[in-house]
Amino acid sequence: MPVSWLLFAATKNSRDLFGTSGFAFGDFNLFTNLRHVFTFNDGIYLRWFGNSILYSVVGSAVSSLLCVATGYAFDKYDFRGKEKLFGIVLGGVLVPTTVIQLPMYLLATKAGVVNTYWALLLPALVNPFGVYLARVFSEGYVPGEVLEAARVDGAGELRTFAGIALPMLAPGFMTIFLFSFTASWNNFFGALVMLNDEKLYPVNLGLFMWNSVTQQQPEYYALVITGSLVAVVPLIVAFVCLQRFWRSGLTAGAVK
Amino acid sequence: MAAPLAPAVKATRQPPPKPSGTPPLRRSQRRAAALFITPFFVLFAVVMAAPIGYAVWMSLFQERSSGLGFGGTERVFSGLGNYTKALSDEGFRESFVHIALYCALYIPVMIGGSLLLALLVDSALARAKRFFQLALFLPHAIPGLIASIIWIYLYTPGLSPVLDWIGAVGGSWNFYSNDHVLSSMVNLCAWQWIGYNMVIFYAALQAVPRETIEAAVVDGAGAIRTALQIKVPLIASAVVMTVLFTCVGAIQIFTEPRLLNQRGAPTIDTEWSPTMFIWKAGFVQHDYGLAAAASLMLAVLGVVLSYIVTRLGNRWKAAS
Repeated sequence: MPVSWLLFAATKNSRDLFGTSGFAFGDFNLFTNLRHVFTFNDGIYLRWFGNSILYSVVGSAVSSLLCVATGYAFDKYDFRGKEKLFGIVLGGVLVPTTVIQLPMYLLATKAGVVNTYWALLLPALVNPFGVYLARVFSEGYVPGEVLEAARVDGAGELRTFAGIALPMLAPGFMTIFLFSFTASWNNFFGALVMLNDEKLYPVNLGLFMWNSVTQQQPEYYALVITGSLVAVVPLIVAFVCLQRFWRSGLTAGAVK
Repeated sequence: MAAPLAPAVKATRQPPPKPSGTPPLRRSQRRAAALFITPFFVLFAVVMAAPIGYAVWMSLFQERSSGLGFGGTERVFSGLGNYTKALSDEGFRESFVHIALYCALYIPVMIGGSLLLALLVDSALARAKRFFQLALFLPHAIPGLIASIIWIYLYTPGLSPVLDWIGAVGGSWNFYSNDHVLSSMVNLCAWQWIGYNMVIFYAALQAVPRETIEAAVVDGAGAIRTALQIKVPLIASAVVMTVLFTCVGAIQIFTEPRLLNQRGAPTIDTEWSPTMFIWKAGFVQHDYGLAAAASLMLAVLGVVLSYIVTRLGNRWKAAS
């Protein structure tokens, strides 16, 4: 329901937004609004969008690969202190992310990465819950016998992982990727803390900034609404296409 | 779990005869294991462990302005000073009352609602199942900030069709008033998460053996009794996990009250939730010690809550 309101609202100019009822069309202004969103302030919105994609897609791809490798190692190898290390990972799942944001900001200031792409990318790479899921997936998808066979054939550990285990873990990788992707795309607090250069903002923070001036300047409403719609549509499409994966991910998490 | 030099491969069923249990193989496997987990743990140390350690260190110092306040500030060791300072701050104490009230309303609505929806979807027709799963899950695909903006517009007189409808039937409602702002916030968050939890419960329900349910039906249990006494206890671990994640999420609520505050809801002040307090202490007042101490106390609350939920969950599972 709220999403369809957004759809209606995005077609209106500022006057109709207040003048007409929520689920009725005013003058059809969607294309004007879209043009406004994309050209406002030298096309800053498009840049935000690109930033969001960089933070979420690149960050999640690397992070999911790390998770899969780590989870696989936890499942298939025995080494000293394994369960203790895994306990640390599980502890990481429970630490509220907002809690470490401030010290992370201060450390990042010292390291000089505040207001760079790294400030959001680096934290996005660590996903303890992904490691937990990867271990569950590795138990389920990669039979030990197959690995044994590969070893007998003389494949090294690395080749066994890359050539045999990784393809088997592809659905797990996609699931973890999807979870990290939503988390990064949603990460508002982190961006708020780490960035104050407008050019580095993700869509979230950009919309927040626009929204904060709507009460003084109502013409921003159309920008925020249309901008939100533009930000939401690709996500919905992605979710509909990938629903097989988020379902399997939720199942893996639920029946531990 | 196993001794350090135990057989390296954990087979799924019967351990197959090890083709060559020689030390070189094990060494190469240990090396591979180290190679696979090192990048993650290095990053983990940088991004999680180091900040936590640094927060503990920071929380022990206070910034004192020296001299007449012109010479900048200096850091003074203050032991637990920041903790007592935070605890004696009325705003900080109240922020916990706020989230306690919020949780008291939110968690039953969320868990009860998503459980009910999952049970309904579970008993719906096959084709309807797919549709409902997708339709209910979709809000979760919308970033929290955008969801908050949309709902806040839906709460705003002049913009909101909902308020128009209420007005049309002669009613009136103020989503931002003292009495209603909490339910407005619960509604906003529930809208985002209810479908997500519903899908978890639904997935768990799918794993319940059909024979158990059929047996209950044969014994004369109605649909409601079957749902409450058979299905729900059998998915207990999913319920406990969901309550756990909902709690951990609820205590760090930030985006929604922040936006309601920006919109001018009178009772949502700038330190309404603990995370808002931390943000204000750290980034507005630059009192890092206080913010660190407050952060750590919030983290401890999270761990304690997790412990309580897991313990209660285990007892419940044992009882049913």
